[in-house]
Amino acid sequence: MADAVPVARSPLAHLPEAAREMRDDLAVSLRERPLLGLLNLRLDAASEAAQRVKAALGFGLPGEPNRATGEGGRSALWLGPDEYLVVTEPGGEAALARSLAEALQDRGAVTDVSDGRTAIEIAGSRARDVLATGCSLDLHPRVFRAGQCAQSGLAKARIILHQIDDRPGYRVFVERSHAEYLWLWLMDAAAEYRAAT
Amino acid sequence: MPPQPFRLPQGGRIDRSRSLAFTFNGRRYDGHPGDTLASALLANGVALVARSFKYHRPRGVMSAGAEEACAFVQLGEGARSDPNCRATQIELFDGLTAASLNCWPNVQLDFGVVSDRLHRLLPAGFYYKTFMWPRRGWLTYEKLIRRAAGLGRAPSEPDPDRYEKRFAHADLLIAGGGPAGLAAALAAGRTGARVILADENGEFGGQLLWRDAEIDGEPALRWVERSLAELSSLPEVRLLPRSTVAGYYDHNFLTVLERVTDHLSPFAAPTATPRQRLWKVRARQVVLATGAIERPLVFINNDLPGIMLAGAAQAYIRRHAVRPGGRAVIFTNNDSAYETVAALSEAGVAITAVIDARAGDTAAAEACLRRGIEVLRGHAVIDASGGHALREVTVAPLDGSATALAGAASTLRCDLLCVSGGWSPTVHLFSQSGGKLAFDAASGCFIPGESRQAERSAGAARGSFDLAACLAEGHAAGLAAARAAGFAGPDSPPPQAPAQAMSPIRPLWEVPSPHQGRRDRKFVDLQNDVTAADIALAAREGYRSVEHTKRYTTAGMGVDQGKTGNLNTLAILAGETQGAIPAVGTTTFRPPYTPVTIGALAGRGVGDFYDPVRKTPMSPWHEARGAVFEPVGKWRRPLYYPGPGEGMEAAVRRECLAVRNAVGLCDASTLGKIDIKGRDAVTLLDRVYTNSWGSLAIGRCRYGLMLKDDGMVFDDGVTTRLGERHYLMTTTSGHAEAVFGWLEEWLQCEWLGLDVYLTSVTTHWATAMLAGPRAREVLAAAGTDIDTSRAGSPYMTVREGHVAGIPARLFRVSFTGELSFEINVPARYGLALWETLMAAGAAFGIEPIGTEALHVLRAEKGYIVVGHDTDGTVTPYDLGMGWIVDQKKPDFIGKRGLRRSDLVRTGRRQLVGLLTDDPAQIIPEGSQIVRSGASLAATPVPMLGHVTSSYWSPALQRSIAMALIEGGQDRQGEAVEAVLPDRTLRAVIGTSRFYDPEGVRLHG
Repeated sequence: MADAVPVARSPLAHLPEAAREMRDDLAVSLRERPLLGLLNLRLDAASEAAQRVKAALGFGLPGEPNRATGEGGRSALWLGPDEYLVVTEPGGEAALARSLAEALQDRGAVTDVSDGRTAIEIAGSRARDVLATGCSLDLHPRVFRAGQCAQSGLAKARIILHQIDDRPGYRVFVERSHAEYLWLWLMDAAAEYRAAT
Repeated sequence: MPPQPFRLPQGGRIDRSRSLAFTFNGRRYDGHPGDTLASALLANGVALVARSFKYHRPRGVMSAGAEEACAFVQLGEGARSDPNCRATQIELFDGLTAASLNCWPNVQLDFGVVSDRLHRLLPAGFYYKTFMWPRRGWLTYEKLIRRAAGLGRAPSEPDPDRYEKRFAHADLLIAGGGPAGLAAALAAGRTGARVILADENGEFGGQLLWRDAEIDGEPALRWVERSLAELSSLPEVRLLPRSTVAGYYDHNFLTVLERVTDHLSPFAAPTATPRQRLWKVRARQVVLATGAIERPLVFINNDLPGIMLAGAAQAYIRRHAVRPGGRAVIFTNNDSAYETVAALSEAGVAITAVIDARAGDTAAAEACLRRGIEVLRGHAVIDASGGHALREVTVAPLDGSATALAGAASTLRCDLLCVSGGWSPTVHLFSQSGGKLAFDAASGCFIPGESRQAERSAGAARGSFDLAACLAEGHAAGLAAARAAGFAGPDSPPPQAPAQAMSPIRPLWEVPSPHQGRRDRKFVDLQNDVTAADIALAAREGYRSVEHTKRYTTAGMGVDQGKTGNLNTLAILAGETQGAIPAVGTTTFRPPYTPVTIGALAGRGVGDFYDPVRKTPMSPWHEARGAVFEPVGKWRRPLYYPGPGEGMEAAVRRECLAVRNAVGLCDASTLGKIDIKGRDAVTLLDRVYTNSWGSLAIGRCRYGLMLKDDGMVFDDGVTTRLGERHYLMTTTSGHAEAVFGWLEEWLQCEWLGLDVYLTSVTTHWATAMLAGPRAREVLAAAGTDIDTSRAGSPYMTVREGHVAGIPARLFRVSFTGELSFEINVPARYGLALWETLMAAGAAFGIEPIGTEALHVLRAEKGYIVVGHDTDGTVTPYDLGMGWIVDQKKPDFIGKRGLRRSDLVRTGRRQLVGLLTDDPAQIIPEGSQIVRSGASLAATPVPMLGHVTSSYWSPALQRSIAMALIEGGQDRQGEAVEAVLPDRTLRAVIGTSRFYDPEGVRLHG
């Protein structure tokens, strides 16, 4: 029994439609981005450690509130004056956590939270309308653009929202325990626009 | 009768090429697209639409809009039935069914009308005065009165329709799409501002839809069409037809009810499209272009079917192509009704006379006379008569004060009486916004005064009834709002309309009666059947404040909120109390402007979306296993896992014995987990827990008790040192977020200098609690590289390695008193770990364990559950846990609180064990405890305490209980009695460590 390879499951693994690819022919399409590497990074942005973190990440941390920076498959989201969510490709979290810990040199903290949340991507011409059914933030492009992020509520779940492109496309990070609820809620909220095409 | 006998052959905004069949009171009729239910009924000659609320008097259609006070219907059938709908605002669709309200057996023959014959016995306040004796009788009377009063019937089936809510943000929200609103939208939209234009009707245009007017040198409707085309082309302008701005709240937050598919047959509407959508709008600026509502005139029998607001008659003719009568009389005190005279003439309605309360010459009256229409100046309609429909009116000259008649009365035959008492600006939203109203004596109405929010009123909504002024004000307000929102875009010339010369209004709040002292039926509030005499009675009886009068008479308290009657009520009250109208003031305008469906307020937050359930990685297994769940915060945790044919008692017994004799597995993933890092991590622990943490070695666990600053127990849990400056704190499942917030509050507000970082990792880790004497064997079978022996993994330690090939932290802690491991793995592997352990444990008799068994097992050991054995008034000393309070520490949260006099006195309730004399009897939790032999006759019976936890202990084969007892720790061995509703149970106080008090089993 010890030799069996353990099965890793995202919180939406049991919902087959969550794995479907994005479709450009729908006004709204949704999918899970399962098992992304997520690290909670705490540090004083003005400290020397921030420079070393920049080197470890390959890009600088966002300097402004509610902004995201990133390159390649990695991004860093501003969550608070000394708090960031670092996102990396699935499986990359352990190595990145080690190099960030080295960069911090006993300053701040880096904590693996990859399994605490999952990401749902929502994109398409009506994505804003779907999000507006449950999120009180103003997502108009004059106010919220690609590269911005925010912590808010969506329906009755707490989320971190990150606009990743101008389709527009968004990543919604949600607590693992609320992921199934939020997925079903989003599918329901998008029903009108998914039915239309 | 031919189909639609009152339909005009041409004109109007209806589509005669299509017919829509509908049913009213069981009879089939036809109408056309563009009709409302009211216009279609009028076209078919249905004058009697409903019965009134209190007296069951026959009522017809009296308006053409939201102000309707008479034509209420029950719309639809079965689950889709909707009560109290205004026929004037229901857009006709094919297959519509509706029925009259407040009548039995039918609207023609309504037995309830007996209350009209008895009206002298039913004045205002009748119910208050009559149904108070005997006092208990109200409980019976209320049901009968409510049934008699009626209103609509709520459906009893679940609502089959879909409702949604949506947030929206705008630079400018405009309420009302008439001339002022359209002009405002154009002016603001052209600057690039984000504009939402909402109108309650299916078509934009407001009164332009039926009034004969010109804008910019062309017919007004052409201008409306061009304006809508331009607005539709502006990407930042959103047009919301069929959308009522229902509420105006603080910080320019407004709600808008959009009726998305109500104008379609429910069976034709797309299923994924919501029936209604509630918009929650945050607007930087607001323009209120809500128009005005025409006032009825108050004379005897002014509620008969066939008596209609003059503006509404014009709307039915010009917009809906309906002839509202065959022979009309017009009764007015102002110029606006003369437009109706023209419309009636066009429609071929014979006009008997215009009765104008104004004595002097007016240009409007002169024009009528020139066309051969009789105008009786200085006259009033003083009475109307007819059965189910108007037959004739009585007119008489008014004296100079308009409080008495100045000559003989005469009668005029007619089946339509168009009335106009002047116009009241629709100030509801303005008033909701907090703005103060001002009384405009010249127009005889309240207008918006000082604004309290970023809001502007424009056009008729601010008392400017002239079209040219409406357009100019709308344009100016829209542009100013855009500028205030930061848009410098181009100004455009405002739309122009020819100015109109208007003669002044003659205020006429109550038409004098031909005789003194009679209880005349002059209705002020037509929906709630409140008469001028009721207002006078209320004033005589001392209800002189407008708020008291409203509640005593119910004026303005109907579904229509007194839209047509409020000002007449105030004016009559002012007359009775010899006050001025502005001194009387108005009652409060409350949201919503018109009723909002409860379904729209709920939106999609129904069914499974009502209260979302948090799930652990193992939840699918529990569900498949048929677990019975209990709520723990937002989580649902397995309470127990029933076997085939097994009840709760048997299942819990089986699960408990598995842990004591073999092994059990419990999903403890919901335990709160907080990762703590930083140089000052230990300082934080020392400050928030009562015990000391400096001595805790890496790899060791310690139990901690957390107090609030008042010294009361707040939470407990095990904290483990994982590294030099790295700890993992666990909290109770229900308190995880509260504890995290509490620690962050101290770090962010009080202890800014501490180098500590907290990260919630509750859901990052899945936790499987493996407990029982065979736990080690299960781990070995599942496969682990961790030394789980007593020496390798001593009690209260953590080891890292792998279990079943999964990276794991193995905590050697116990909540059951048995050898126990809490295995933490990344949540993605939670289900795999669980399934592997269950499979590996099969050979050792493993059972999944629910929370109830866990509670029994911990109670056998005397372990507390915070929130179960404590209630926010219990200190560590009360729990007999003084050993965990390190008073030598310089400080910790709650240390000072613990020194308060009440917390150090003797005789506080303390946690003890209780054993019943009869081991088979289980004391119900919450039972009160009294001294043995205490008399239960005393009031109150002196209480010693209460039972906090009580179970059947399968291991001990008897009942056990924990209780908070006054001075309990000094009462060991004392007998007490638990009071049940029908008997008492004798029990003896002792230790709460019922099972394995030496803790031998714990160390495995």
